[in-house]
Amino acid sequence: MKREIVLRLNGRQEKLEIDDADTLLEMLRERFKLWSVRESCGVGACGTCTVLLDGKPVSSCFLLAARVAGHDILTLEGLSQDDKLHPIQEAFVSERALQCAYCTPGFVLSVKALLVENPNPSDEEIKEYLAGNLCRCAGYADILRAVRAAQRRMA
Amino acid sequence: MANFAVVGQSVYRKDANPKITGRALYVGNIEMPGMLHVAALRSPYAHARIRSIDKSKAEALAGVAVVLTGAEIANMPGVDPHFGPAFRDQPMLAVEKVCYVGDLVVAVAAVDRRTAENALQLVEVDYEPLPAVFDVLDAVKPESPLVHEQHRPAKAFADLAHVKAGQKSNICYHFKLRLGDVDKAFAEADRVFEDTFSSPPAQHMPMEPHVTLAYLDEHERLNIWTASQSPSYVRTEIAATFSMPMNRIRVRVPYLGGGYGAKLYAKLEPLVTALALITKKPVRYALTREEEFLTITKHKVVTKIKTAIKNGAITARKCEVFWDTGAYAEIGPRIGHKSGYTSAGPYRIPNVWIDSYCVYTNRVPAGAFRGFGVPQVIWAYDSQMDIIARAIGADPVDFRLKPALDEGEPFATGTLVRSFGIKEAIRQAAEAIEWSQPRPAQTGTKRRGKGIAAGVKAVLTPSISGAIVILNADGTAHVLSSTVEMGQGSETTMGQIVAEELGISVDQVHIVQPDTDVTPYDTITAGSRSTYHMGNAVRMAAGKIKKELCEIVASKLEVDPDDLAARSGRIFVRGIEERGMTIGEIFLAKFGSLGTTMAAEAVCQPTASHMDPETGQSEKCTEYWFPSATAAEVEVDTETGQVKVLKLFSVGDTGTAINPRHCEQQLLGAAIMHLGLTLFEEMVFDQGQLINGSLLDYQIAGIKDMPQSFRPIVVEVPHESGPFGAKGAGETGALTVAPAIANAIFEAVGARIRDLPLTPERILRAMAEKSGDAAPED
Repeated sequence: MKREIVLRLNGRQEKLEIDDADTLLEMLRERFKLWSVRESCGVGACGTCTVLLDGKPVSSCFLLAARVAGHDILTLEGLSQDDKLHPIQEAFVSERALQCAYCTPGFVLSVKALLVENPNPSDEEIKEYLAGNLCRCAGYADILRAVRAAQRRMA
Repeated sequence: MANFAVVGQSVYRKDANPKITGRALYVGNIEMPGMLHVAALRSPYAHARIRSIDKSKAEALAGVAVVLTGAEIANMPGVDPHFGPAFRDQPMLAVEKVCYVGDLVVAVAAVDRRTAENALQLVEVDYEPLPAVFDVLDAVKPESPLVHEQHRPAKAFADLAHVKAGQKSNICYHFKLRLGDVDKAFAEADRVFEDTFSSPPAQHMPMEPHVTLAYLDEHERLNIWTASQSPSYVRTEIAATFSMPMNRIRVRVPYLGGGYGAKLYAKLEPLVTALALITKKPVRYALTREEEFLTITKHKVVTKIKTAIKNGAITARKCEVFWDTGAYAEIGPRIGHKSGYTSAGPYRIPNVWIDSYCVYTNRVPAGAFRGFGVPQVIWAYDSQMDIIARAIGADPVDFRLKPALDEGEPFATGTLVRSFGIKEAIRQAAEAIEWSQPRPAQTGTKRRGKGIAAGVKAVLTPSISGAIVILNADGTAHVLSSTVEMGQGSETTMGQIVAEELGISVDQVHIVQPDTDVTPYDTITAGSRSTYHMGNAVRMAAGKIKKELCEIVASKLEVDPDDLAARSGRIFVRGIEERGMTIGEIFLAKFGSLGTTMAAEAVCQPTASHMDPETGQSEKCTEYWFPSATAAEVEVDTETGQVKVLKLFSVGDTGTAINPRHCEQQLLGAAIMHLGLTLFEEMVFDQGQLINGSLLDYQIAGIKDMPQSFRPIVVEVPHESGPFGAKGAGETGALTVAPAIANAIFEAVGARIRDLPLTPERILRAMAEKSGDAAPED
C-alpha cells in the first residue's frame, strides 16, 4: 500500500509517497540518491547502512520507511556543513581510519551518536558502542584512534 | 634509506576526501535510464538434472523484461555458455544440470528488484536429483559421483597453460614436487611425525557485495561497470565467451568496497552481459548478502603432513594437500599449484614430496582468498613445526630459525631465494612477544600461553602490468593503470612512485581508474603484486618521460643528462639547484606551446622458468617472496574453552615500504581478518546445504575482538628489482595468524587442535583428550 509521509532529512522537511514495503534504505537511496547509505548484510547485523534516527543509530536496511514518518533522519551527506568536514570526518582522515571505506559512513555516524551520548567514553565503551559496525579491511585500531582524535577536535 | 622525497613517507590517502564524504563512486551508485534489475533462482539441490523449466507465468508478469535460462544462453549464436579462468566449467545459468545448492538456474530482469523477485516465485523447475559428493576426501575416491564428466581448460593465463583436459575424475589439477629420496629419509629417521590438519570454507565478506551493470552504448559497444579486482581479465573473458572483438567491450571499475579475492576473474559479468544483449537495456545485478555466501568461498583444505627428524633436524617432509574447490574450479588449479609448492615451508629440507590436488565437490565454488591458499598450508606445516619442537624438547623459535632458509639457498622447488627476511621476521616476532622470558607458574581457570608461527608466500609469476603516464605542461600528471583501488591504498602508492620519479608532489598526480578503453592490461589486483608490478610499470613509464625532460634540459644548458635531478617540478643540475628548468619551461622548449602533453608506456612482466611437471623443480618459480611471522599471547578459560587473544604481533617482510603506515595497516587488517577466521569463521554445510549463510549466523571479527596489544612490525628487506626496493604487503599479515594462536593455546592448556576454527568446544575436547577424560559429546 502507498502512503504519504513527512520527515526531516538532513535538516530539511521532506514529504513523499512511499510503499509500505519500502525499507528506509531503499527510500534514502532510490528516492533521495543518498549514496552514503549502503546495503551490505540486509539483516541489520553489520552497521554499514547506519543512519541516525532522532540522533540514534539504526540499520536502515532493517527499518521500514513508514516508521520514520514524523522523525528526524541524518545521513553522512547531512553531517558536514558548507563543504567543511565534520571533526569526526577530519579525525577519520588524519588517523587513516578508512580503507575501502564502504563501512565508513556507518562508523562515522555511530561515532557521532556515541560522542553526543557520552563525550568521554572509555576504550571499552567505544568498543561496546561500535560492536555493531563491521569493517572487513579491519581498521579497528585506526578507528579507535579516530574516535579519540575526534574527541580532542570536538572538545 | 636513500634520499627520497616522498617514497618512504606515510603520505595521506589520495582517496580520503571522496571516501570520508560518502561521495566516492561505487558501482552501486551508477544508474542508467531504463535500467533493469536482476533476481535469480538458485538450485535447491546439490546435484540434479534439470528436467524442465516452466517460466510462462513469470514472463507474463507486468514489468518483467526477460526470464532467462541456461539452455537459452547455450542457443545464443557465438556464445559459450560456460566461463572460468582455469577451466571453462561454470555456466552463466545452469545448462542441463545443477552442481551445488545455490547454483544459478533462472535469471529475471525487470523494472525493479521486487518485481524480478516476484517473477521468480512463478517459475517452476522440475529436477531429477543425482548422487552428490560433499567431502573432498570422498571426492577423490574412484567410486565417487562425478561433478563434471569432462574438464575443458580455459587457456586464459600463461601460468595455467599446463592445466590439462581431463575426465572421469573429480581431481581437476594435480601438482607434484619431488626432491631427494623421502622414503629413505623416513626409513632412517629417529622419529616420524604424521598429522592431518583442516581449515574450513569461509567467506571473504567484502562489505560491498558483488554488483555488475552492463549496457550497450550508442555505438552498440558493450559497457560494463563492475565491482571487480580484474577489469582486464573481465574484458578478455567476455570477448572469449561472447565471440566479441575486444575493442567492442569497455570495462570500468570505480572504487571497490573490499575484495580480498572474492571479486577476481569473472563472476556476474557474463550473465549480466547476456541479459543486456537480450533486453537491449542497461541491466544491473547486485547480489544480496545471502547470494554472496553462495557465490565464492575460501577453499576448505585438508593437509596430511609427515615429517622425518634425524639428530634433531628435519630430513624429510611429505605433504598431501586436498583443495575443495567446490562445483566449479574457479582459480583453484592456480592455488593448488602456487600454494602447493610452498607447502613444506621456508625451510632447508633435503627430501620433499608434495602432492597437491584440486578437487571438485558439490559445494559452493572456492577461489582466491587473501593469502591465496597459503594460510591453509601454513596452518598445517607451522602447527606441525610446533608439535615437533615441543615433542623433541627443542625451543619452538630456535627450531624454526635453524632450518629457515638464508639468502641464496634453494627453496624446495630448487629456486634460490632472494630478499627473504624469514629469519628476521621470526626474530622480531619472538622479541615482540618476549619469547625468552620465563613463563610464570599458572594456577586457576585462566591460563596464558605464547605462540609463534612463520611461513612464506611466493608472488604469482609470470604476470603482467602495463601503465601509461601522461605529464602535462603545468607539471601535473595522469597515471593510466588498471590496478583497482579496493582499500589497499594503491592510488596513493602509485602517486608516490610517480611523484618521486618525476620530482612533483603526490597531489599533482591523478590516478585514472581502471577503464579498459584507456588503461593498459593488468593481470589482477591481488596476490600482493600491485606495488611491485604496477609500481614498476608506472615508475618505468615516468622514468621514460623524465629521461626525455633531462635530455632537453641537458641540450639547453649544455650539461650531461646524468648530472640532472628532478624535484619540486624542476629539472636541475644536481648540487646546483638554481641551474635548471621548470617542467613548463621544458615543454615550451620542446613544443613551443603549453597545452601539450608527454606520455610514455611501460610494462612490467617478470617471467618464471619452466617448472618440471613431475618434480616441481624450477630455476625460478617466483619473482619474489613474502616472509611472515606472527606472535600471539592468549588467555584460555579452562572451564568454558573461551580464548582471548591478549597480544598479537604481525611481522611481514614487505621490501622497502613506499608508505609505511599503509604497510602497517595491511599487516594489521589482514591479521584481524584472519583472527576471525582462526577463532570462529566457518561456513557450515549439511548435505551440501549451507546452514549459516547470513551475517546473523556467521560472525566476523568486530572491534571487540581486537587484542589489547596489537602491533604491526614491518621488516624491510629491499628487493633489487622492486620499485625503490618494494615488494608488497596485502597478504603477508594473513599468513601465520592461525598457527600462532593455536600454538599459544597449546602452550596455555596443552591442547593441540588440528581443525580450524579454534572453537571453545574443540578446545575443551582437546583438553579432555589430553587429560584422558571422556570427551564431551558432539
